[in-house]
Amino acid sequence: MSTDVLMPQMGESIAEGTVVRWIKKVGETVDRDEPLFEISTDKVDAEVPSPQGGVLLQIRTEVGETVPIDTVVAVIGEAGEQVPSAERAPPTPAAVSATQGGSAAGPRSSGGARRLSPVVRRLAAEYGVDLDSLRGTGDGGRITKTDVLASVQSGAPPATVQVARAEPMSVMRRQIAQHMVLSRRTAAHVHTIFEVDFTEVSVRRQAAEPRPTYLAYIADAVARTLSEMPVINASVEGDSVVSHDHVNLGIAVALDWGLIVPVVKDADRMTVSQLDLAISDLATRARSKQLSPDDVAEGTFTITNPGGFGSIAGLPIINHPQSAILCVGAIEKRPAVVDNAVLSRLRSYLTLGFDHRLIDGSVADQFLAAIKQKLEAGAE
Amino acid sequence: MTSEPGRLEVRKLGQVPYLKAIDGQRRLVEARKRDEIPDQLLLLEHPSVITVGVSGRRHRENLLASPAELARRNIDLLEVSRGGDVTYHGPGQLVGYPILDLKPDRCDVHRYVRDLEEALMRTVARFGVTAGRVHGLTGIWVGNEKLAAIGVRLSRWVTSHGFALNVTTQLDAFELIVPCGIRGRGVTSLERLLGAPPAWSDLEAAAAEELAVCFERSIVSSAVSENSTAARLWATRE
Repeated sequence: MSTDVLMPQMGESIAEGTVVRWIKKVGETVDRDEPLFEISTDKVDAEVPSPQGGVLLQIRTEVGETVPIDTVVAVIGEAGEQVPSAERAPPTPAAVSATQGGSAAGPRSSGGARRLSPVVRRLAAEYGVDLDSLRGTGDGGRITKTDVLASVQSGAPPATVQVARAEPMSVMRRQIAQHMVLSRRTAAHVHTIFEVDFTEVSVRRQAAEPRPTYLAYIADAVARTLSEMPVINASVEGDSVVSHDHVNLGIAVALDWGLIVPVVKDADRMTVSQLDLAISDLATRARSKQLSPDDVAEGTFTITNPGGFGSIAGLPIINHPQSAILCVGAIEKRPAVVDNAVLSRLRSYLTLGFDHRLIDGSVADQFLAAIKQKLEAGAE
Repeated sequence: MTSEPGRLEVRKLGQVPYLKAIDGQRRLVEARKRDEIPDQLLLLEHPSVITVGVSGRRHRENLLASPAELARRNIDLLEVSRGGDVTYHGPGQLVGYPILDLKPDRCDVHRYVRDLEEALMRTVARFGVTAGRVHGLTGIWVGNEKLAAIGVRLSRWVTSHGFALNVTTQLDAFELIVPCGIRGRGVTSLERLLGAPPAWSDLEAAAAEELAVCFERSIVSSAVSENSTAARLWATRE
């Protein structure tokens, strides 16, 4: 029986690897744990030992190719053995039946007892035929291609109802998933919510030409407050507190295919209109996939703005390794008590998500209070 | 002989030709895999050499100098089996090759590189230099300039290759390459940052101590390690 050789995961934040050398050639014998191939991830090269002794039957990932972890890169078995299937990496989205509940990346031991040709397997997968329900007409009761096609033509319903499909995550999805879980697990998340009156901002905004977005005013207040309170701008690495000389504001941008956080560098040295231009430029380039790696690097604090979608307040996950994130709820007219009268005022809930390992509640509240004060102040 | 867990033998080797260091490392890695020796930290300098890592072989444009120019400057050119692109080693650069077994609790490539960076940042901090990381790039940086480069190889979670920290390195040699294939960023050295570089032996001691802290190892005194299996393996000529 053959064994699949998978691209190993060399670390928890690693989603893919590049094959840089095959130490063994197809047809050569390899011992269990003998180095089989070399991979490269980041600045690290690693030898990967063979999971099984036997003959290298097939190489599916050539030198220079980069594939997601758990991709089958080679097959090892006995000399002369047929390779179970000829499809190449990446792993095919496998249909998973509700009763089976397996995963596409798990060890493929189907057909352990029975011998099936690659053609039969492929046809059965293509047409959703349950091979266990077929009676083979070939030698020793083997299921042949004709048996599968006959079953398809007879219109026999698949033995199990397909209710779910498993497909590998995109690299971006996988990175988002790992990043979020890492942050949730690492930081001691706490949230605090302030209601902020944007009426004064709207007055300032009316007077400006071109008119900046509310987000630009918020970014301005945040950046200036971060430079006053560097602890919010710092990050925890191991047992150290790392302070950052620059205030680099990440702005979460929703994409049709995921989420990205481009960074406005040195935001504390920019005016509202400069921030407005920078944010709009980054968002446009994010949506047209024109961001460079530098555009998403070195953020020290993040702003997320689900208010644009109608959310009134959120409880965001911190953008690791940063220590805090500001979430802007919908800015809308609400009844507010001003000097004992109920007035219509433009208001919004701002949430600060912060890492309690570094930032205590009183400090977080001082930070939000300072932002609130800047936003509610009249035009200078 | 089995090694005691958590021991780190530090070997201060002076100037060692690149290929000799590769050869010695290889023997030590094999011995470490068989658990015949404890973890090692080799500290040394190389004569001038430009090395091309596995990922650099398809990007020769990162080597800017012609073979004639390299020969004129007396710089060797070698292809090596570490990760990373093109780099330069030369006198005045503290090279560290940790040969550590990362099993069982440190089996994470990113964590290893981050820990190396941490050890280097702590090392230079002792001499008043604040270095940091640059997201998406390895090594330690002061502003936009790289102070130490990292390139690592793993075999069954035993590490080799390591870091190169510029102390009094002649930085103009880096003009012959695009270091690590990263354009638009420069290199710097402790000498350039501080005016006067720290004493070499102080720096070696600091690097060894900080590495031991970051990897939770205890340093074996050199008097004991001089007669060790590892010392004999290092000295072996094939």
